[in-house]
Amino acid sequence: MNNPPDISQDPSEHEEYAHNVQKHVRGYLIVGALLLAFTAITVALSYVDFGARKANIAVAMLVATLKAGLVAAIFMHLAAEKRLIYRILIFTGFFVLGLFWLIFLAWYDYPVFR
Amino acid sequence: MEIPYTVSTRPDTGLWNAKVGIWLFLASEVMLFGGLFSAYIFLRLDAPPGMWPHGLLNVPVGTMNTAILILSSVTVVLAWAALKMRRYRAYWWYMLATILCGVIFLTVKLVYEWPQKFDHFGAYIKPEALGKYEQYLGNKHAAAKDLPPRLEITGHLHNRAALNDPKIKEYEVALDPLNADPTNPAMDRPHFFPLPVTDKIAKIEKEDVQRATMFLPTHSAYFASYFTITGLHGMHVLGGVLVFIYMWLPVSKKLYQRNPEHLANRVEVAGLFWHFVDLIWIFVFPLFYLL
Repeated sequence: MNNPPDISQDPSEHEEYAHNVQKHVRGYLIVGALLLAFTAITVALSYVDFGARKANIAVAMLVATLKAGLVAAIFMHLAAEKRLIYRILIFTGFFVLGLFWLIFLAWYDYPVFR
Repeated sequence: MEIPYTVSTRPDTGLWNAKVGIWLFLASEVMLFGGLFSAYIFLRLDAPPGMWPHGLLNVPVGTMNTAILILSSVTVVLAWAALKMRRYRAYWWYMLATILCGVIFLTVKLVYEWPQKFDHFGAYIKPEALGKYEQYLGNKHAAAKDLPPRLEITGHLHNRAALNDPKIKEYEVALDPLNADPTNPAMDRPHFFPLPVTDKIAKIEKEDVQRATMFLPTHSAYFASYFTITGLHGMHVLGGVLVFIYMWLPVSKKLYQRNPEHLANRVEVAGLFWHFVDLIWIFVFPLFYLL
């Protein structure tokens, strides 16, 4: 079976293609800078007292989810991907949420006085 | 026989095969880490007041490692883009940068962070003996300020033989700043820059101690989950680095000369794995270092 490259051998077309990738590069650099900035923000916010430890955890997890979203959407190209990948991820999301839901089942089932 | 659909897309999926493969693998990885994170949540929710340590890890070093991992995520995606633009030289340098970042991350973890923990000592005091060590714990001060109770004295163990020798009746500990000056309001919250161990020595009698260990997985549920999760994460970093080294070596240049798009796709797939490892660290860092 042959595996032809998916880039046209026509040099003018390839140039246009390379130009498109070049445009993405700036986006990657911006996302990298944003991730570093968010890391600094996470560290700084952890020294701010939001009243309760739970509030601090919620804020940190919010920032972390935002960062993870950036990585997934831009670096992992999930912002524009084929349908099959999304289908795989929907299943994954379903099962991982089920996994976390088990914690709460176990939590209420646990025979310890709190 | 040649492996099909390494570059061209399969008509029914619309994707080249390795892309489907890596996403299925990452889906299983989500479940693996999901299990460990749910264990973390459960252990943490279940920890009695004062039993989930805070501020024992080195935050500046952790922050630096986070930045290094983010940087390597950028360089790997730039390496891929360079291949797409058929710039092998640039690819080679970006790949080298990625490999170095991974190696630095692992070195910091294995040579600095972990051994520092193995070298630190903590003794949980029995509830009935807490009053006897009030000068080191400052529980009255903590209660007045609505802080969690302090049940542990930490620092450098001077007589290590005491850990295994039943004839030695007490631990001699050079105290951490919190235990050296427990009523100082500056010690109420952890510091960004860790304060060094003081030269104030405390003698803790073994019969007052509930549990005393170095900062090993046996120390507490906190360190057990810390070492398990960062250890598994570290093994992923190692795996990624090995794959990247293979893709950086001259063997891969041969593939590039034969079919550049094939190498680009390989890098993309390994890059997806690497971004996933970065993504896990984005959660590990605040959960263990900051909160």
